[in-house]
Amino acid sequence: MVTSAVNHYFRSSIGRKQLVAVTGLLLCGFLVGHLAGNLLLMVSSNAFNLYAHKLFSLGPMLYVIEAGLAGIFILHLGLAFKLNMENMKSRGKYEQKTKTGRGTTFASQTMPYTGLILLIFLVLHLISLKFGTHYEVTVDGVVMRDLYRTTIEYFSSPIATAWYVFAMLTAALHTSHGFASAFQSMGWNHGKYFKNVKRLGLIYAILVGAGFAGLSIWCHLKGG
Amino acid sequence: MSSENMTLNLKIWRQKGAQTEGKLVDYRVDGVSPDMSFLEMIDVLNEQLVRKGEDPIAFDHDCREGICGMCSMNIDGKAHGGFKNTTTCQVHMRLYNNGDTIVIEPFRAQAFPLVKDLAVDRSAIDKVMMKGGYISANTGNAQDGNAILIPKPIADEAMDAAACIGCGACVASCPNGSGMLFMGAKISQLALLPQGQPEAPLRALKMVHEHDSLGFGNCTNHAECEATCPKGISIEHIARMNREYLKAAFTYHEKTRT
Repeated sequence: MVTSAVNHYFRSSIGRKQLVAVTGLLLCGFLVGHLAGNLLLMVSSNAFNLYAHKLFSLGPMLYVIEAGLAGIFILHLGLAFKLNMENMKSRGKYEQKTKTGRGTTFASQTMPYTGLILLIFLVLHLISLKFGTHYEVTVDGVVMRDLYRTTIEYFSSPIATAWYVFAMLTAALHTSHGFASAFQSMGWNHGKYFKNVKRLGLIYAILVGAGFAGLSIWCHLKGG
Repeated sequence: MSSENMTLNLKIWRQKGAQTEGKLVDYRVDGVSPDMSFLEMIDVLNEQLVRKGEDPIAFDHDCREGICGMCSMNIDGKAHGGFKNTTTCQVHMRLYNNGDTIVIEPFRAQAFPLVKDLAVDRSAIDKVMMKGGYISANTGNAQDGNAILIPKPIADEAMDAAACIGCGACVASCPNGSGMLFMGAKISQLALLPQGQPEAPLRALKMVHEHDSLGFGNCTNHAECEATCPKGISIEHIARMNREYLKAAFTYHEKTRT
């Protein structure tokens, strides 16, 4: 029964949504780290390039971290996709449009769509920056990748900037539901503190959305 | 809001059986008193239909005092009409105006197959209940009520969950057709009380697995159920169930079975 209970867990509705919740919160944590690193763009080109070089210097360790991150991401979207497909089947199909919105929010109803936009964004984001134009620069006698130049060049395009701002507002919408929702899924909802969890989720969404979107605009102004 | 009798235009879902096609049919019902309940208004319409020799509208109802949970219908796009903490039978016609058009559909969800017209088969809810929504420990003679001490706030919380009447409005209003609020209320109620403790892990495992196998959807925390529930049950109880289930899935041992 022990193994079968654990087996069932990974196939059950609650087990799978808890995995979506945990992976979602981990991705939320990643975004904070990513944003903090990116803010070095505003410090100086050297500061940002040195930071990027530090990460590249991790060597094989970097691949392990990247693989872990990819795993978390794939688990998150794969399970969410599966759960959503099942829900499309199980929901009631009313003749008259049902009036929701007493509990549901725009953010909660659009989770699969905002998620899909973020997936497209992620692929394009990796192509255009991580695997983007390769420049080199020498800082303190060390030859390293000039990721700063790649970034500023990329954002010189107003279309690219607009797309990033849009995608980051989407991320804000996605996390505005996802953050607090993850706590509920894990069972961390009590009248005593859940209001504050919801508030924290909202603050998180605004900070991350505004932070990344603002940074895109800053890069655009810098390059333009 | 007058005391005059009203005339209402109704659009009601008519369907002969699960295998046939259904559609919304227009009806006009006269002589509706504002003091009537929603179900009495349908009774008046049915009497008119019977007099005309037509098939009356099938709908579920029983106690008509808000405690049995039978009166399942979706009124104007909301389960039980969407009035706060109110079942359909407790909706009174004074809440409507003369000449209003009201759309009435059955509760819809994959787990609730339609039987006829507005009546659906909600036995999936009973099937989940049968997997553990009770206490089976033999206790012998009833002991003194004060022998088991339960703090008042805990007793109150358990009572809030126990208020569930199993009407299925949470399932019908859920954008995913999930039965988590109903199931969460029962698992939470029994998990809060000492009498429910011995069977708590097995209850959580069995009920959740039964729920998943009956065509209910997965909860995505919209909280639409909480807003719709005629007994005002909070999704905090779903959270407690999530905790209970997580705990049970990773710690339950056959050996510790009681």
